[in-house]
Amino acid sequence: MTAPVSIRNVTQSYGAAIALHGVNLEIAAGEFIVLLGPSGCGKTTLLNIIGGFVAQTGGQVLIGGRDMAGVAAKDRPTTTVFQDYALFPHMTLADNVAFGLRMRGIAKPERTAKATEMLAMVGLDAMANRRPHELSGGQRQRTALARALAVSPDVLLLDEPLGALDLKLRRQMQDELKAIQRRVGTTFIHVTHDQEEAMAIADRIVVMNQGRIEQAAPARDVYLRPASLFVAGFIGEVNRIPLTNGQSALGPLMQGSGTIIIRPESIGRDGPLPLGTAKVTDVAFFGTHARAHMAPLASPDLILTVHLPPGTTASPGDEMPLFARDAVLL
Amino acid sequence: MKLLSAAYLTIAYVFIFLPVAVLVLFSFQSGRLPVPPFNGPSFKWYGQVLQDRALMAALGNSLIVAVFSSAVALILGFLAATALARYRLPGSALMRGVLIAPMTVSYLIIALGLMGLWNQMGLSVGLITTTIGHAVTNLPLCFAILYTAMGDQQKNAERAARDLGATETQVLWHITAPMLLPSMLAAFFLSVTFSWDEFIIAFLTTRFDVTLPVEIWSLLKSGLNPKTNAIGSLVFLISIAVLFVLEFSVFRKRPL
Repeated sequence: MTAPVSIRNVTQSYGAAIALHGVNLEIAAGEFIVLLGPSGCGKTTLLNIIGGFVAQTGGQVLIGGRDMAGVAAKDRPTTTVFQDYALFPHMTLADNVAFGLRMRGIAKPERTAKATEMLAMVGLDAMANRRPHELSGGQRQRTALARALAVSPDVLLLDEPLGALDLKLRRQMQDELKAIQRRVGTTFIHVTHDQEEAMAIADRIVVMNQGRIEQAAPARDVYLRPASLFVAGFIGEVNRIPLTNGQSALGPLMQGSGTIIIRPESIGRDGPLPLGTAKVTDVAFFGTHARAHMAPLASPDLILTVHLPPGTTASPGDEMPLFARDAVLL
Repeated sequence: MKLLSAAYLTIAYVFIFLPVAVLVLFSFQSGRLPVPPFNGPSFKWYGQVLQDRALMAALGNSLIVAVFSSAVALILGFLAATALARYRLPGSALMRGVLIAPMTVSYLIIALGLMGLWNQMGLSVGLITTTIGHAVTNLPLCFAILYTAMGDQQKNAERAARDLGATETQVLWHITAPMLLPSMLAAFFLSVTFSWDEFIIAFLTTRFDVTLPVEIWSLLKSGLNPKTNAIGSLVFLISIAVLFVLEFSVFRKRPL
């Protein structure tokens, strides 16, 4: 099952501390949303409000058009995959996964069948009679996912579910998570502070900072057309060139005032925006690209980070003319 | 150094267990007095104990009081610990303090208070009043053990259960209680041993139906006798049995 979620002007304050400043977000049914931001940005608070673990100070949360005010966590059409999985240590995997159905009064044969099916979906059907302490971190994570999906929630909330896994396993689980979401069609709201994870799985990334949404857009837009300096700096690497009335340290690059944002891979030997000649200060080879730091002759203190094609032979001291693409003025 | 610590250990254990060993040894005395020289072994005093109706009735009473008072203390302690560990209540620090307080008050004072209270209420003293008295003194113990056992893992599991649609009662029954089972058994059996040994409250709040320690005390009034050694040894044996149950059911390493 699946449902849209509307977050309307939601605020949350703990005494004088404000965790969320009037957040608005419309999530479509079946969408995979990732809430991304540094710790303390309010993403987990927002997830807890949607799940019904915390009551918001102001504003509305609607799931499937129904106002969730006063609806307890147990009665919401949401379930959660917790960061520490929170499996029940005294129950087998099958009993863990069937727990939600048991609480809904589903008869034993039916809920056992469903639990087996869910465990099969995450590849753990052979371990149905094991207990959580016998599993690896990745297996526990899968069990938690199966348990949360077993009750066919409209919305699945994931609170940094991959945070405790090592990098390789995390990348593998991302793909599985995405595949499972496609299969079940449930709305997923996933919290993380890992930007790569966010880009790998999200239909839309919601970048949050200090209790506000900075941008909510597909990964491509968030990366190529960041809505704010924060978004530009938080996702990937950027070069920042200050611009005042059309004048920058590298000459008149474009109209207006602010900060010009250029990605390292958008700088090269050709492009629409000439940046002048720069001198290579150091180069490192990364396989997919050669990463160089360059000091423009016009302004040697403004060091540019540039990703050159891997075939480029450049060594410190070389000078070359630089051009940029996809520059954004913020 | 190794020798010294071994000697220290031996002395410590001898100091703790010598009186009990002497008590058990002279329960097998053949003569009329439980003093050296030992002239046994003989089981005649055990035979007398087992044929003594008053003693056997007292033993039964003690078991009933121990089990019921511990069950009451456990249930009340569990509910109090759950409430204070889970919810932010006004004055919860004060409530915790008041719950633990009876532990620091001498049993004599509690017994005097209870005795006065029963008089005021016009309740005749008996096994029920002793049971209540033991529940009062064991409640802080059960509360403290269960309260400290409720960690974050437990809290998160309860949250997950709620998220999956469990009501508060279902959370208590399916998650909180089973996860706390080792601590609950520990609290229960410790309460049982405390109640089993308790004398002052039992003495002051019983009259006709008495518990074992009170019956033993009245035996002692007629002087030392290998029979008291025999009953003492039986009491010790039962305590040890409870301890073994504890050791194997609770303190056995349980992977969680």
